[in-house]
Amino acid sequence: MEIDLSQFSQVFFEESLEGLDAMESELLNLDVNNPDEETINTIFRAAHSIKGGSATFGFSQVANYTHLLETLLDEIRDGRRQMTNEHQDMLLLSVDLLRNMFDALMRKIDFDDPLLAQLEKQFTIEIAKGTKGAAPEESDSSNDTLVEQEATGLLHWAIDFQAGIDILRCGNDPYLMFNELRQLGELSVNLAKHSSPEFNDIDPEACYLNWQLELVTDQPLERLKEVFEWVEDECIINYSSSPVMNGNANPDSGPSNIESTEVAIPQEQQGSETVQNDVGGKRLDEAKTSNQEPKPKAASKAKLPETGSIRVSIDKIDLLINMVGELVITQAMLGQIGQQDEINEESFESLKQGLEQLATHTRDLQESVMQIRMLPISFAFNRFPRLVRDIGQQLGKKVNLVLKGEDTELDKTVMEKIVDPMVHLVRNSLDHGLETPEERLAKGKSEVGTITLNAFHQGGSIIIEIIDDGAGLDTDKILSKAREKGIVGQDEELSTEAIHKLIFKPGFSTVDAVSDLSGRGVGMDVVRQNINELNGSIELKSTQDKGSRFTIRLPLTLAILDGQLVRVGRHIYVVPLVSIHESLQVEPNKINRLSDGHELIQLRNEYLPVIKVYQEFCHTADAKEIKDGLVMVVDSNNEKIGLLVDELLSQQQVVIKSLEDNYSQVPGVSGATILGDGTVALIIDVTGLVSLAGITNMKEHAA
Amino acid sequence: MTEQIQNMQPQKQDNDEDSQQYLTFIMANEEYGVEILSVQEIRGWESTTVIPNAPSHVKGVINLRGTIVPIIDLRQRFGIEVLDYGTTTVVIVVKVAIASEHKVIGIVVDAVSDVFSVNNDDVRDVPNFGEDTDLSFIKGLTNAGEKMVILLDINRLLGSEVLPEAEQLSQLMHNLDADKQVVNG
Repeated sequence: MEIDLSQFSQVFFEESLEGLDAMESELLNLDVNNPDEETINTIFRAAHSIKGGSATFGFSQVANYTHLLETLLDEIRDGRRQMTNEHQDMLLLSVDLLRNMFDALMRKIDFDDPLLAQLEKQFTIEIAKGTKGAAPEESDSSNDTLVEQEATGLLHWAIDFQAGIDILRCGNDPYLMFNELRQLGELSVNLAKHSSPEFNDIDPEACYLNWQLELVTDQPLERLKEVFEWVEDECIINYSSSPVMNGNANPDSGPSNIESTEVAIPQEQQGSETVQNDVGGKRLDEAKTSNQEPKPKAASKAKLPETGSIRVSIDKIDLLINMVGELVITQAMLGQIGQQDEINEESFESLKQGLEQLATHTRDLQESVMQIRMLPISFAFNRFPRLVRDIGQQLGKKVNLVLKGEDTELDKTVMEKIVDPMVHLVRNSLDHGLETPEERLAKGKSEVGTITLNAFHQGGSIIIEIIDDGAGLDTDKILSKAREKGIVGQDEELSTEAIHKLIFKPGFSTVDAVSDLSGRGVGMDVVRQNINELNGSIELKSTQDKGSRFTIRLPLTLAILDGQLVRVGRHIYVVPLVSIHESLQVEPNKINRLSDGHELIQLRNEYLPVIKVYQEFCHTADAKEIKDGLVMVVDSNNEKIGLLVDELLSQQQVVIKSLEDNYSQVPGVSGATILGDGTVALIIDVTGLVSLAGITNMKEHAA
Repeated sequence: MTEQIQNMQPQKQDNDEDSQQYLTFIMANEEYGVEILSVQEIRGWESTTVIPNAPSHVKGVINLRGTIVPIIDLRQRFGIEVLDYGTTTVVIVVKVAIASEHKVIGIVVDAVSDVFSVNNDDVRDVPNFGEDTDLSFIKGLTNAGEKMVILLDINRLLGSEVLPEAEQLSQLMHNLDADKQVVNG
């Protein structure tokens, strides 16, 4: 029976990625010199399930690679090998590599990274080292056998099969395996040396025998291994091969042949691994060619595998079911009233009651449905220990990372989009914020710097704080740099707060040398822009030599937005509340007209360009001139812009609906929503509207 | 309408695989047909929310049970003189497949007429009106009793409606950006 495995592969990917996450965090927690057994076990289990799963799904590249990890981990687990820092680094690199591999698999593209071969080799060497010193030569020589195998076709295999004592109890019969081998080529089976107990102590169900098998076949090693697939964990099997000259197959040559084999595969357990690694390399090629096969099919749905799924805790589902149950009861109650022929005083009262209940349940239901999309922020926080460790090492800084409020929940979509800006900020703190241990000691601080990530709810928002106890912002340096770049006038004096805000300006960096990590000046304005796109905001507080604190404020969900309803002619639009600074009526003498027809208003000591919304949207409006209407001052890419509208209506929370689903993107409009009366109102995308009006850079021109 | 569809039920079972059912509607005395399987529902005209800068035949969007659905005036699309919308103006909500995506779109027509089966053999090709006229959105012509019915390929008709529009708009935005850069440079 053919089972289409591909339908499960998505689940496998998710589980594997989770496994990798677990592996990563456990690796980071691991005290290398004194590894906790349970930690190693967790890492081992993760690698083991990824190996098993990928083999089932035919992702041999992943399976082969994780097999190496597993082997190494197994030895560490059993105490046969001492964990080293090197191992930890290799394993962490492998986690990254495997993530990339899964990414490639999900996108159905070939994975081709030189790092794979490099790490594979490193592991091979490492594993071989365990018991024998000269590993590289071994792998080289077994490489040779492969070459020879390809040259002559037929190989003479000597298989040393030491059956485990439990092999029969597990229902595996060596006889059947030998029969299977016989089908692959000429086979001779010899009983090898073995030690059996005294007759009285013999357990009839135990197997005390070892065999020496000789096989001449043109089949590759994998095929041979397949025969022993079920027992390879409990038996010790060593394979060694020598080429067979034209038809010179000599199955009777007996054990002496092993000596004549020049293949220096060590006769330990590790030996088998050595061979497999190289075969792995060959398999890799095969995997590549077979990978190309499903490619055309993939093209059609290669779009983005992002749609994904979400894991919801049972509690949340139970709550939902509960509410739906209550909703059904309310519905039944209302239905009963509806069936009555006429409505009297009494039934009217219960109707009202029922509707009230309905309203409550609907609201509760809505809230709990929204809850489904909420994930604890630890999903985002989890990647930081690794990041901080790596960068700290790179920079030679000692860092202690503190995570707080990991259980704080926020929308999955918001979470996905906030990670990059956070990574940027943490990197900045590490690079620019924290000082080197020497500097810290000189300042009388502890040698180890602290970076704190904190998350909590406040009102309808979630607050994420990134706090470091480093050097803080050097206001003098920032100011002089800003003067140098002409962002701030030579004589202009700024408050500390205003100076701090300068770092969010595009192209601003005070670091003299551009480092590998940050300092190119593309950073903070992008961070701010990304956060603004999420309808959030970012603030900075910094004290010199005490540290800095970035505060990110985000809406809990992207699906709901606080909106200001405005009227333009007979059309109603929604403007996101977060982007509005203020709204005002402008006196005629504060309006300046430029030669190209654009108009500026004077607001205190600033000049702001005004966009006439009705003009951009081709509507007829009541207020055609700025003096007749209201100007709403909004924020677009950190620039203030005025929007001319007729009237401000109410403020309300609106549920965002997509226009693109059934229509297409509309410039200046980010989406739609449904108002209380059932009509549709469009949500204004301020940035889009500004570029529609074509006046983004006007301010800089004017200046 | 429901009555008509019910009438069709027994007939549908008799149908062989070569025939398809069409919903026909009337516009400027012509009868047009769309595949009934693509029709989601038929509604009366209701006022829409205008989409800024949309082509004139896109009347705007409505709230269809929580989904935002664009409404397209077929008269304007076909360049026929526009009528005032009244109580009898009908919106046919159709589901179209555009570039492997399903979109729900409403089309404004004068009135809904009938439902009947058309055997694929009875569909005649569109006469060639010369290269200038692109009539690929017409699937073919057929006769229903005395009348001629123009069978529309709704995916082509509305597909060329929604997508190129989007392309044009993004092109427009792109041009605007380019202009700006020139100005700044």
